[in-house]
Amino acid sequence: MNTGKRKPEVETTMAEANLVESLIYAKPQSLTEVGTHYCPGCTHGIAHRLIAEVIDEMGIREQVIGVAPVGCSVFAYNYFNMDFAEAAHGRAPAMATGIKRVSPDNLVFTYQGDGDLASIGAAEILHAAGRGENITVVFINNAIYGMTGGQMAPTTLPGQRTSSSPLGRDVEVHGFPLKMCEILSQLEGAAYIVRRSLHDVTNIRKSKKALRQAFEVQRQGLGFAMVELLSSCPTNWGINPEDSLTWIEEHMIPAFPLGDYKIHPAIEA
Amino acid sequence: MAKELLKGNVAFAEAAIRAGCEAYFGYPITPQTEALEHMAARMPELGRVFLQAESEVAAINMVYGAASAGVRVMSSSSSPGVSLMMEGISYIAGSEVPVVLVDIMRGGPGLGNIAPSQGDYNQIVKGGGHGDYRPIVLAPATVQELIDLTTESFDLAEKYRTIVIVLADGSLGQMMEPAELPPMRPVRKVSERPEWALTGAHGRAPNIISSIYIDPNEEEVFNLKLMEKQKQIEANEQRWKTLEIEDAQLLLVAFGTAGRIAQSAVKQAREAGMKVGLFRPISLYPFPYAQIHEAAGRVKRMLVVEMNGGQMVEDVRLGVEGQVPVGFYGRMGGVVPLPDEVYDQIEQAYEHREA
Repeated sequence: MNTGKRKPEVETTMAEANLVESLIYAKPQSLTEVGTHYCPGCTHGIAHRLIAEVIDEMGIREQVIGVAPVGCSVFAYNYFNMDFAEAAHGRAPAMATGIKRVSPDNLVFTYQGDGDLASIGAAEILHAAGRGENITVVFINNAIYGMTGGQMAPTTLPGQRTSSSPLGRDVEVHGFPLKMCEILSQLEGAAYIVRRSLHDVTNIRKSKKALRQAFEVQRQGLGFAMVELLSSCPTNWGINPEDSLTWIEEHMIPAFPLGDYKIHPAIEA
Repeated sequence: MAKELLKGNVAFAEAAIRAGCEAYFGYPITPQTEALEHMAARMPELGRVFLQAESEVAAINMVYGAASAGVRVMSSSSSPGVSLMMEGISYIAGSEVPVVLVDIMRGGPGLGNIAPSQGDYNQIVKGGGHGDYRPIVLAPATVQELIDLTTESFDLAEKYRTIVIVLADGSLGQMMEPAELPPMRPVRKVSERPEWALTGAHGRAPNIISSIYIDPNEEEVFNLKLMEKQKQIEANEQRWKTLEIEDAQLLLVAFGTAGRIAQSAVKQAREAGMKVGLFRPISLYPFPYAQIHEAAGRVKRMLVVEMNGGQMVEDVRLGVEGQVPVGFYGRMGGVVPLPDEVYDQIEQAYEHREA
């Protein structure tokens, strides 16, 4: 799994001949050589890469302990080149709490989907944030249960068809989507709560900056940090990858507005 | 160290601290809450971790996390709380991290009550969570034994990389008895954490703590590994105590508080001239089947006494293998049998010992 083989970040040849060829795209050291199992067009791969780049850039790979969820990213530990735990469904914040409390010098992050974080693990995420648990949470919101085959999630949009809301989410029956950034940002323990999107290059860059900030918050011991990333699920949405990105923009962002919901003053400065 | 008058719940919490427990995660529930309160006061003053979780579900997963990081960690709870922990216990078993849990049982099912009970024998001893695993289960009958077994649990948990559950009931948690605490053992340094632990992949390949084996063949290989470990535990870790069994014609079998009550009744019966003995299993897993079998071969009749509707009696019968009749006497719902009641049962059984 961990081959230890690393590509150089920058490879320069024939510099003297004034012909400079630069390798500007290399696999981060914080990712393994294992190919992911994610579906074509899924944004998990982008999220993984951004996290890995941030960890590389901060030089913290050997300090980081990740906690994987239950959901499509259940095998995240195969793709990240660092110590990892695989938690029970929804319990990643509790497991991360246990790790962080006994290992305060390590940097601990959870990677959780919407079913994991906002449904079965709603209590764990709420209380981790309330305690100001000094962990970093990456929240992948694609408005659907991916691994079990496209059922309704706590973030499924009103009217959105899923295999368990075949006529579309009826708010009279199933209620409304949970907006986790809005909820968690009310808590005093939350130091950094932002929502970003992975649907285009500009937003991917913004997402990476936010992930960096979320690890910085932990490094500085400021409290609970969460980055919600609006993500696509072409397979279960039944839309092609390109249209899925448009769907994020046109449907998800209006329901889940991007922005900074809470920023610790020490980070804002 | 001299004997002190100690309450069961406080005694096991302090014993855990002295065994080097670095972190405690729990949730208040009667009749074990004094343990959580003791930890709340003591752990911070020792620079260790105490955290009151939002639920037992969270508490056991915090324990799971801390155990994955390679520290000595525990929780304690009582029946309904332990039911909530079963998910985490199964994951802990499935990822082989060492954990100690104390269950101070109370009356059930459901919310039941807060009185002493042994109604969770099957749940705890047979596994409780999903999947093929067995925790080591130790059942003390006195505060001293509660201290000693809790202390030993941390070593057993690490030796076998398993969960060890100390199974007691509300009467033992609440009673005060003279008992001696062990000396304080040093807490492990970060650099001394096990090589499999999550400490950050510094100068080594990443460590993964996981209970997932997506390929059934690999899962079975892991299951077989657990079974092999269970064989070792069964060979090495059986514990029991006997009283007056040499010439006994009637043998009582009882664990924990019921064992203690049975002991009083057996003494009373001996005074009345009846040849009665007591076998008290201490390790409920591994259950001392062979010793029960051997003891059954020397008596005419057996009587199992429990504070439940008859749970351990099934294991006793497995051990006896039909050699002699095995009777049962149980009280449920948090009712603790009196020695006189048990004595009456002894008299009846003794009368029919030749039947």
